[in-house]
Amino acid sequence: MDLEVLIENVLNALAAGITIGCIYGLMCIGLGLIFGIMRIVNFAQGEFLMLGMFSSLYLVTGGGILAFLGPYIGPFVGALLAGPIVFAGGALVHKLLIARVSGLRTTGSLDEGHFGQLVVTLGISLILQNGGLILFGSTPQTVRTPLASSAIEVGPIYGDATVFLNKARLIACAIAIIVAVALYLLLEYTRMGKALRAAADNPTAATYMGIDTDKTYRFAFALGSGITAVAGGLMAVYLSFGPFVGLDYVIIMYSGVVLGGMGSILGAFWGGLTVGFVQQCSALVLPPQLQNAAIFVVFLMIVLLRPQGLFGRSAERA
Amino acid sequence: MRYGSAPRLKRDLTALAIVSAAYLGLSTLVSNSYYQLIMTLVPIWAMFGVSWNILSGYGGQLSFGHASFFGIGAYVVTLSLVYWHLSPWLGIPLGMVAAAAAAILIGLPTFRLKGHYFALSMLAYPLAILYFLQYLGFQEMSLPMHRDNPIEFFQFTNPHTYTFVAVAFLIAGIFVCMLVENSRFGLALLAIRQNELAAEAAGINARLWKMRALVVSGMIAAAAGGFYACVLLVVTPDSVFGMLVSAQAVVVTLFGGVASIWGPVIGAAILVPLAESLNAELGNILPGIQGVVYGVAIIGIMLASPDGLFWTIRDRFFTPKAPAPLPASLAANAPAMRPSAAGTPLLKVEGISRSFGGLRAVSGVSFEVNAGEILGIIGPNGAGKTTLFNLLNGVLASDAGKATLADETMTGKKVHNVCRMGVGRTFQVVRSFPRLPLLDNVIVGAYGAGFADAEAIASAARALERVGLADKAGVAAGQLTNKQLRLMELARALAGSPRLLLLDETLAGLGRDECDDVLDVLVRLRSEGMTVVIIEHTMHAMMRIADRFVVLDHGRVLASGLPRQVVEDRAVIEAYLGKKWAAKQDA
Repeated sequence: MDLEVLIENVLNALAAGITIGCIYGLMCIGLGLIFGIMRIVNFAQGEFLMLGMFSSLYLVTGGGILAFLGPYIGPFVGALLAGPIVFAGGALVHKLLIARVSGLRTTGSLDEGHFGQLVVTLGISLILQNGGLILFGSTPQTVRTPLASSAIEVGPIYGDATVFLNKARLIACAIAIIVAVALYLLLEYTRMGKALRAAADNPTAATYMGIDTDKTYRFAFALGSGITAVAGGLMAVYLSFGPFVGLDYVIIMYSGVVLGGMGSILGAFWGGLTVGFVQQCSALVLPPQLQNAAIFVVFLMIVLLRPQGLFGRSAERA
Repeated sequence: MRYGSAPRLKRDLTALAIVSAAYLGLSTLVSNSYYQLIMTLVPIWAMFGVSWNILSGYGGQLSFGHASFFGIGAYVVTLSLVYWHLSPWLGIPLGMVAAAAAAILIGLPTFRLKGHYFALSMLAYPLAILYFLQYLGFQEMSLPMHRDNPIEFFQFTNPHTYTFVAVAFLIAGIFVCMLVENSRFGLALLAIRQNELAAEAAGINARLWKMRALVVSGMIAAAAGGFYACVLLVVTPDSVFGMLVSAQAVVVTLFGGVASIWGPVIGAAILVPLAESLNAELGNILPGIQGVVYGVAIIGIMLASPDGLFWTIRDRFFTPKAPAPLPASLAANAPAMRPSAAGTPLLKVEGISRSFGGLRAVSGVSFEVNAGEILGIIGPNGAGKTTLFNLLNGVLASDAGKATLADETMTGKKVHNVCRMGVGRTFQVVRSFPRLPLLDNVIVGAYGAGFADAEAIASAARALERVGLADKAGVAAGQLTNKQLRLMELARALAGSPRLLLLDETLAGLGRDECDDVLDVLVRLRSEGMTVVIIEHTMHAMMRIADRFVVLDHGRVLASGLPRQVVEDRAVIEAYLGKKWAAKQDA
């Protein structure tokens, strides 16, 4: 009997780890573009995630313009549409603020402008968190869908041990994988993707080759913000969130990107998947409050022990 | 004390006395209890800013998680009062001790990280503590009332008393910061912030100084946090470990001015009343207004004047006085130089190797350098010359082989320890501390060698004389010409009284005349008994000064010997000019 319960718990944690891990993977791809490839330190990435959640919420629930889509399709369309909305916001933020402390302006300076980027994005993060508190209030929210409370049952596998696959998470996971693959193809095989990687590798040389690096950087920053926002929209269907939700996830995102190895989109996805998987499995042994603390411990272990990542190339050159 | 710190200390202490007296005078006029609270909070947050400034402003180690220490101070005071009835007079020092211990625990792993990784990791600690306290059930703790004994328990009936105590705390914090700023501690931190590798090559133990800065900074932050708990009488994990608390220290200091004792004071005096009164007026309709104000302030200041108000105002309205020339007697007290007996082997390199992945950058290199000679290392680009230097002075670890200086092993030691053995190093790209005056740039090297204050100043003054820059001692390094910077680096290496100098392309980017000036200095140094290993491309310069050559190609020693022999060596000509040219020579 005890063995059955144990097996059921373990199998369910594994299943949750994979589904939530894929969504984390998508979320990390967003930061992977901004930090891993373009090397802009963005402290406010968690707030873009939060904006994605609220965009979706206001689009599809209550009096939102997409409320007619209903609670089954609506939340997922809302999540996808949060992308373009936050993309526009990200482009604006880059044009007005980030461009002044990154790109060609800081190439070759002592710390590549990281000090300025940290400080400016800390400011953006403070404004978005507290501005969010003003606009959205502090009551925890969820994008409600009946799918979140129904599950596909697999099994019983061993005795009575059954795996429950939450339908909302399953669909969110599938969408996350599709978006991640589409993005990978876009970056790997289009001219835009090549320009982006060239600008990241050597902005000065890219300028000489006729690439508008400012525009490329802005596109990458906006795309990274938008992708994380889509992941946020997907998480909003199973998570209760408030304006300060970003803080927990910014650490998770950096863990994933560093773990996956800097500069690799696939790496960021695998990194995010691994972190999500570990987090869900930690639920087997840790009480809920300590799971969040465990994430920070995992982050520290990753940057201390594997700064070059598990899958990719070195994060830091001497 | 650092050179020229006496007048600065005197001026700052006078200003501190005047500002404190004026502030306390103003506070007695305030009768509204909310505004009185704000007047108490300003010095507390200023003190927290002062603590952050030591680590992140002077030392450049950006911490987004200083709430760890603030919160530890607050919680130790609260818990010891609740469970042991311990007076805050003892609780605050106890909190400072706990914060110092936490600083060591946090610093040991985290200082292995640099730049943005350090900043992000520091963010993780207070949040982890926050969740842990929630798990332990310390959600909201009230300080028990002890109205009968106000002095023992910091529970004054007159709110003005809180302001007085807060100002006293701030003065103590600022005084510690002054001591740091005006001692070798501060100079080491400034050097580390501006160029960590250069500081280490000059003999500064960067890890140790950063750790000291974190401990001092953590203790001040804990004192501020402990007193904050006494003022508010209730603490929650969010109110002392939260993101906004860490941000508070960053924001007031960056806004007011980094690496200035006045920065956090100016920042807190402007931003805290602004944010608090907005919060009081509009807090009901706009609950997060405080954070928004801080966000806007920090972005605005970063884009408009990245160093903060203090420096902008100082640069605009106060032209600094032209620095007084160094007194001629200064160099006379310099410690004796230690030339090695000429002709004996000083540096021995035996089979040293290093690979990067599949690339063997340096492989099996052996040579000797005798005391009092100049050895030139030449070779095409990518031959492994700079890597060889990095192996010798500990920037890189070698895979095999060893190097000894006067029979003492150099390999396997840390950069600053190699420097302390008597090895001075300059870099291919000049690594200066651009905002420090030339003399301070050079003193870093003397401190690195372990000299006491007076000796260090004298040794630096003599080093400047030896390279002919004594008249520029007060100029900031950022304003020097390329040649002067090259000589400055040389002087910094000399200030530590080295036995061996490793010079990496010291002549790069210099015109012919400038080149000759630097060469004259090198020749003079040799006549004084200095031993030099120099990497250089300019053949005519090398032919002029080098006693012997070692030629590197693809990480191996291609040839070595007297200059004349080497330049006629067929293999050397091939490496430099290709086989065709060598064949033509033969014909």
